Amino acid sequence: MKAVFLASATALAIASSMAHAATEPAVVYDQAGKFDKSFNEGVYNGVKRYTEETGVKIREFEPKNEAQVEQGLRRLANRGYSPIVTVGFNMTSSVEKVAKDFPNVQFTIIDGVIDLPNVQSVVFKEHEGSFLVGALASMASKTDKVGFVGGMDIPLIRKFGCGYEQGVKYASSSATVLQNMTGSTGAAFNDPTKGSELAKSQFSQGADVIFAAAGGTGIGVYQAAKDGGKLAIGVDSNQNHIQPGTMLTSMVKRVDEAAYKTYEDAAAGTWKPGLVVLGLAEGGVDWALDDNNANLITEEMKAELNDIRAKIVSGEIKVHDYMSDNTCNY
Amino acid sequence: MFETLILMLDATMRVSTPLILAALAGLYSERAGIVDIGLEGKILGSAFAAAAGAAVFGSAWIGLCLGILASVSLAMIHGFACITHRGDHIVSGVAINTIVAGLTVTLSMYWFGMGGQTPALSGDARFLDITFPFADALQDVPVIGAIYSNLLSGHNILVYLAFAMVPLTYWVVYKTRFGLRLRAVGENPHAVDTAGISVAFIRYRALIVCGILCGLAGAYLSTAHNAGFLKDMSAGKGYMALAALIFGKWRPVPVLLACLLFGFLDAVAVRMQGVEIPGIGQVPVQAIEVLPYVLTVLLLAGFIGKAVGPKAIGRPYVKERA
Repeated sequence: MKAVFLASATALAIASSMAHAATEPAVVYDQAGKFDKSFNEGVYNGVKRYTEETGVKIREFEPKNEAQVEQGLRRLANRGYSPIVTVGFNMTSSVEKVAKDFPNVQFTIIDGVIDLPNVQSVVFKEHEGSFLVGALASMASKTDKVGFVGGMDIPLIRKFGCGYEQGVKYASSSATVLQNMTGSTGAAFNDPTKGSELAKSQFSQGADVIFAAAGGTGIGVYQAAKDGGKLAIGVDSNQNHIQPGTMLTSMVKRVDEAAYKTYEDAAAGTWKPGLVVLGLAEGGVDWALDDNNANLITEEMKAELNDIRAKIVSGEIKVHDYMSDNTCNY
Repeated sequence: MFETLILMLDATMRVSTPLILAALAGLYSERAGIVDIGLEGKILGSAFAAAAGAAVFGSAWIGLCLGILASVSLAMIHGFACITHRGDHIVSGVAINTIVAGLTVTLSMYWFGMGGQTPALSGDARFLDITFPFADALQDVPVIGAIYSNLLSGHNILVYLAFAMVPLTYWVVYKTRFGLRLRAVGENPHAVDTAGISVAFIRYRALIVCGILCGLAGAYLSTAHNAGFLKDMSAGKGYMALAALIFGKWRPVPVLLACLLFGFLDAVAVRMQGVEIPGIGQVPVQAIEVLPYVLTVLLLAGFIGKAVGPKAIGRPYVKERA
């Protein structure tokens, strides 16, 4: 009884404190949590930067399971939070439902596409960034064999893999790419044990560079690379710092910028619904170079990558997008 | 082909180690008549304590001790509820699982502030792989070299410990006085009581052993196989171990085989992905993922026969008063 009273008292306290915060912005992370050192953490960095620069607090929500996503969104929208940034492909259907019911609330969805007058959809040309790191992997590989570990088996992750494969083949047409997916549920983005087993299996088949596009699962891949003295490539955030010395680079996706810009534009009144596509040309994707991997990158590699980047931006190299026809024929 | 098989068996050893330790832990507990669905929680609790201890003190061994301590404490809570207070074993076990799932994340946020993870471990804070003597020299010898250098050598100490635990458990359960009493307490506690032996004391001791073994399994996950704690990192291994225990009819060697089978199927699943099979083509990821479970159901339904547990399992012991 006492526990029930206590719980309802806290609930009341939270509710009343939230009632004051009417037009504050909010963010909903996906189930991997905001400290996944990858995709969600990238968004979190954007959120943090906005709060530091403007002093505006952003309400955060981390759903613990799929069912909580829609409930949480609805509650935030109901209390008047706007704009609400939602993170991840898995949220598309929930955001669509809630956005229809709250036409005055501004939603931004990262990695998903929703056609509604109050939703901005931000998608990235992951295939372009993956192409770049693929070319780099191929240049760094001594065995002419590289690996790819994806998270959940969805078209978006296949898009990473397909772009990567094209990049590898571009730099060395004889190279082989081993591809593995971690699983077929959202949990595949948070399973480092499986990630490390997949990486060990690819290393034993002769690969010596692995690109992990798998959220938290990647941590296991990077550890396996470190233990085996091989190289790994990070994803979404700049992950070079996780295992300095064995991280070849990271395929950075500027989700922090996407979140930051939504809050900035909404505050200035310039936020617009619709589709925003960020590629190499817009600085939405890129490869990461910092002190942690500077020793692994030679001048020739750098020059070659800059050349490839210029060719992609100018349209001379066309990178096939897996999601355009759900095949990887290029 | 042979090399692929060796590599798959090598992965099998790594993957099945926590299952073996946890299943043997369950064996001690259930043979003494205590249902232990809380294996999962104990593994997770130990994984967290071991990773936290190793991160703070920089020693995998201190981490291991703390992991065992955490796991034994949880086992004692289970014992206090089920033995002393004659509570329902399932309820207590599930409570332990739920508490640990939340507590580990909360404590690690509070202590390390890294969103429910512990700092990444390296060097002495992890159990590193041991290379057997002459492993490099024998590398090129056909068959034997591959088996010795690739399969047997190059695991960490906890893997070898897990495999050594199987004959040890067999000896303890079937050849010692403690083992005889342990089995008797699970089958017919009244007879044990009549002989003047304390049922509760035997059951508590069984739970301590169970706690130690779960502690090893948890420490293996966070300080040997991986390098740090992540939320829910036990990922259902406790339940898999429980299934292996029933699969192996509560006997050490069959339990080992069941664990190895689960581990092997996992390794096959990892290997088979994206591989072109002649005549069939590429098998979808989902089909491969479901393979271990389908095989388990088939084996359980068709080949294993009836699995009968200890007679007094799950029933609290009440002394008869005339």
